[in-house]
Amino acid sequence: MDIKEYIASGILELYVAGALSEKESKEVYELMQKHPEIKQEVLEIEASVVKLTASVSPELSNDLLNKIKKNLDSSNNEVNVIPIQKSKNNWLTYTGWAAALVLGAGLLWMMNQNEQFKNSISNIEIQNLNLEQQIEEAKNSLSATQNLLNVLRDKEIISVPLTGQGNYANTYAKVYWDKKTNSIYLDAQGLPEAPIGKVYQVWSLTLNPLTPTSLGTIDDFNTDDNKIFTISNANESQAFGITLEPEGGSANPTMDQLYTLGVVASAP
Amino acid sequence: MQLETLISQFQNKDESAFESLYHMYGKSIQGVIYNIVRDQGIAEEVMQDVFIKAWNNSDSYSAEKGRFFTWILNIARNAAIDRTRSKAFKNSMRNLEVENFVDILPTHESLEDLTDSIGIKKFIKRLGKKCKAVLELLYFKGYTQKEASEALDMPIGTIKTRNRNCINELRDIVLK
Repeated sequence: MDIKEYIASGILELYVAGALSEKESKEVYELMQKHPEIKQEVLEIEASVVKLTASVSPELSNDLLNKIKKNLDSSNNEVNVIPIQKSKNNWLTYTGWAAALVLGAGLLWMMNQNEQFKNSISNIEIQNLNLEQQIEEAKNSLSATQNLLNVLRDKEIISVPLTGQGNYANTYAKVYWDKKTNSIYLDAQGLPEAPIGKVYQVWSLTLNPLTPTSLGTIDDFNTDDNKIFTISNANESQAFGITLEPEGGSANPTMDQLYTLGVVASAP
Repeated sequence: MQLETLISQFQNKDESAFESLYHMYGKSIQGVIYNIVRDQGIAEEVMQDVFIKAWNNSDSYSAEKGRFFTWILNIARNAAIDRTRSKAFKNSMRNLEVENFVDILPTHESLEDLTDSIGIKKFIKRLGKKCKAVLELLYFKGYTQKEASEALDMPIGTIKTRNRNCINELRDIVLK
């Protein structure tokens, strides 16, 4: 083998760079052992690369080696001087942890308090909201009642008492007829709850000949609180009657289910 | 003392052998790391990792596999490259635009530098562009010759001889 040619090939430079495969590196190593010229060449290449790479480095900081040595866990352990320092460390550590715990607990307590305050504020806000709603409802119901009162007091209003008929003699109702607005206010307080599947139907009647005209059914009779219903009525009514009819109402009144009837006293 | 002896003492966890090796190669290793991470603080952190790793894994080194310097050089390059891939490093948005090691040659020489490496630095700055590129990839970045030939778009044989010539020039200057 031509050693000079081998050296000139550039393989040793790659060897130092670590750019050869494991197998190639091993070959170089073996040749180095046999041929001092090759070994010398490798040493010089390495020395120049060590200088090259060192030339771009910032100065080694003075305590870097100490930092590294502190972290070497030596297997042939030497004298251990740490204990005294350690107890000092421990004292500091414990105090530190205690302070951290106290601080942490305080923080937790404050967060808890804060949370409670937030909760009670939001509870109060909800209560406020409820109260406001109640006030609003009361106002509405007051103004509705006042409206109603105004209607009842209006001298133009025709008041028609409806009396119980036949089997339903103990029932009663009252119609307040406002001709200006073509509407009636039916106070049906004196009627029993409508049985399931049945509804009250309101009729406007002319008497000669007897002609009933449906004013509609009172579908929400059972759920209404004050049992006063506003119904439009553009008829020249001479009487008003209320019958109980199957749900949906009937075309003509079922006479044996006539609950109340009242005749309009006189035209205003 | 023979390098071989020093290394085997190091492998037997001899701290003074470790220190000797650190003084022989520490600055070079730091140069390679610094060239990759471009931050002295980070370079020092990586240095600690590298030398501690070398100490803990000293058993894994054997002369048959390569030079000791090459072994630790390899650990350093990997550790430094790992660091550049870490999230924290990327978030710091370091400017790694500079082309190669020549750009980071320290400009202010310390006193001890003056006698030793100022000549090297002057020389290195005068290196041809292609020399700089080859040395950067093979020694600082740890490219294989195949990777270097792809990166520089040169035949493998050319990489080998060019590198040989560059190192020869370097040797003339630093080992005169």
